[in-house]
Amino acid sequence: MKGSTLVILVVGLAVLFWQVARARAYQFGGSGKFGSLPAQHGWFAALWVLLPSLAFLAAWQINAPGMVTDAVLRDPAAAALPPTGLTRASLLAEARALANGTATGAFHGLARDLARRYATVQVRFNWIATAATLGLALSAGFAALAKVHSGFRARSQVERLVTLLLLGASLVAILTTAGILASLFWESGRFFSLVSPGQFLLGTHWSPQSIDPAAPGDSLGSLPLFWGTFFIGAGIAMAVAVPLGLLSAIYLSQYAASTTRRVLKPALEVLAGVPTVVYGYFAALTVAPAVRHLGMALGYADASGESALAAGLVMGIMIVPFISSVSDDSLAAVPSAMREASLALGATPAETVRHVLLPAALPGIAGGIMLAVSRAIGETMIVVMAASGVATLTANPFASTSTVTRQIVDLLTGEQTFDSPKTLAAFALGLALFGVTLCLNLAALGLVRRYRERYD
Amino acid sequence: MIALACLAFLVATIAVDGVTGFVRTTVALPVDLTHLPVDARTLTGRSANLALTGAGLERSVDAAATRAFGSDGPTLLGDGAWLTVRDAVRRHPDLLARPFVIHVPVTSAIDIAYKHGTGSGPVLARMQQLKPALDSEFDRDFFTSSDATDPTRAGIWGALKGSLLTIAVTLLLATPIGVAAAVYLEEFARPSRWTGLIEVSINNLAAVPSIIFGLLGLALFLGTLGMPRSAPLVGGLTLALMTLPVIVITARGAIRQVPPSLREAAMGVGASPVQLVFHHVLPLAAPGILTGAIIGGARALGETAPLLLIGMRAFIAAAPDGLTRPATALPVQIFLWSDQVDGGFVENTSAAIIVLLLLLLVLNGGAVYWRARAERRS
Repeated sequence: MKGSTLVILVVGLAVLFWQVARARAYQFGGSGKFGSLPAQHGWFAALWVLLPSLAFLAAWQINAPGMVTDAVLRDPAAAALPPTGLTRASLLAEARALANGTATGAFHGLARDLARRYATVQVRFNWIATAATLGLALSAGFAALAKVHSGFRARSQVERLVTLLLLGASLVAILTTAGILASLFWESGRFFSLVSPGQFLLGTHWSPQSIDPAAPGDSLGSLPLFWGTFFIGAGIAMAVAVPLGLLSAIYLSQYAASTTRRVLKPALEVLAGVPTVVYGYFAALTVAPAVRHLGMALGYADASGESALAAGLVMGIMIVPFISSVSDDSLAAVPSAMREASLALGATPAETVRHVLLPAALPGIAGGIMLAVSRAIGETMIVVMAASGVATLTANPFASTSTVTRQIVDLLTGEQTFDSPKTLAAFALGLALFGVTLCLNLAALGLVRRYRERYD
Repeated sequence: MIALACLAFLVATIAVDGVTGFVRTTVALPVDLTHLPVDARTLTGRSANLALTGAGLERSVDAAATRAFGSDGPTLLGDGAWLTVRDAVRRHPDLLARPFVIHVPVTSAIDIAYKHGTGSGPVLARMQQLKPALDSEFDRDFFTSSDATDPTRAGIWGALKGSLLTIAVTLLLATPIGVAAAVYLEEFARPSRWTGLIEVSINNLAAVPSIIFGLLGLALFLGTLGMPRSAPLVGGLTLALMTLPVIVITARGAIRQVPPSLREAAMGVGASPVQLVFHHVLPLAAPGILTGAIIGGARALGETAPLLLIGMRAFIAAAPDGLTRPATALPVQIFLWSDQVDGGFVENTSAAIIVLLLLLLVLNGGAVYWRARAERRS
């Protein structure tokens, strides 16, 4: 039976047991001494049916393919397989496709034999899974029914289970963080066993296309990448985004009439919702050629069509709504008594903004800018489409520059073996990126929180 | 103001390029299939395509093009021209009995030359000669076909379907888990080191670059668990992890908005904490939670980088018919087309962007509408 059918069946069983348990509970409902509603007895039975069988099914679905393959490999026909390598894997894949009906004809006789074996093993495992899941569901359900009597505290049991489920859901966030850390550290650890961290972090030559297998570290020096990321994300993008975002926030919160505000604020939100791939397309198609012509006109002979300036400009535009909304919130959090006091003392609105509001809101704005930097250096699509794949250590905004995110994409979209220095380098770069953004995020969150406490 | 001008400029450039992407140029081609060795009565069901192809329909169409436009005739037609003829013959088998004139798509270079008047000299000259026979029509195939090497035949249906499957997986996973986590943190958790850790990790995850989630998906789902590459299932799982913090944060906000008087009233008549949550807090917070889910879904719909890393960037010429089949997504398709050299893909890219932006507009508009309705009611 297919997994989805099985799930539907189990859910159906749960509904059935819910009804039965509730009906039973109704029968002793009149006896006076009971702590739970009949429906809660029903929920108790239903949860008992659902949870163990679905947990079993999930574990089974993850492990079954491996077990099926093991069983097939014990077949005498499998002895004819080449012991290792690509042919073996492709033969097995072909046999599996034949057995599942996704392929129609076999190229190899061996694959056809194995496919038959695959089909029988799969049928057998399917029966085992079906029987075990349904058996588990039924036995748990009857065990739950046996517990239903007038003194049984179904409510507290159900509620404890529900609370546990909710706790489990909130642990997913921690598990995700742990998963990110574990996978990054694990793969980076393998990378650093091939290339020394010093070479990786301080080397100035980056050309993963021409790795010398004897000394992979020589062409994997990531300093130009870190510089490029910093130059585009924290330099050019912020030079565009901070003034624009801050000014628009001041205008919107202090000067704009309420009707203008009602129109402009959602428009900025729309700007924030545009997918980055659209910005990337815009950068590559419209901005990059214009920047190149500008560079030529200014006398930079080496002005590139994949310049840092084009990517940085568009990235800055992308960040503007974010800075604007953070600054707007910070300005709004300044107590209005301060503003009014300043105005009452005869300061003009512009003086009030400059001397009272901005200094008071500065920590919040600074936190927002740090979050914006963290976003900009993690931004991928704009630099993939508009920046260059060649990493150079240069401060010339018209020259081609590459970034960490761009290189991660480049490294991981070619061949896919998990142990070459090239793919592992991507994880090391990811670890560096994660570390930097984590520090920026935590510092910014701390700054914003401290600032908020000061005025609350 | 400048930012808005940029937005307007961005939308305008894409709209100008994109609108022509929904239109294709066709040429009137006289075709005579009376000598084609096919029995009109056998043209039913799936064997019809095979019968027509086997009878040499493609050659006949090329011959017709040579007769009509000279020796370079076949190269002026798009790759899919004979497929247009085939479908027409299948719909009206009586076309086999007499010569007829049919509008078929032209090749990409002529298409661009006709629409924009740009291209190399010979192409422009050829276009001028053909001009009386050329015509524009709405490109319905753009919405029903998948990726192709020929820009006049490429469509977005495959990518759109891949995107929809991915987002379905994302929302089905992220919404229940996210809401459950929000309920736990708001209603049950006592302040402790653990809950502090959960809060910090949620707030931090919301700001982690999306490409890091791509690395996680690659290492965990593809590397450790051995799931199939390029599958909407894996894409959905990866994006679910990315969307989860957004949903948790908005759901917590919505739960916090539920008035305390209501909580105290429910507790006062003897509801347990679990009953309070499921009978009173969640129904009241539902509009806010839904808004958060839609916003998270919209973000996931526009996300590209993590999907690139888990392999949803392959050339896939058929719409995916399952959660584990290779697929691509709309933003990834935009990225792939933007890399193509052929000028015809520029329009396709812009047209696909218009579709994506319209989808996002509908989603976000829906979220705003729901929020406004909920605010009016309370």
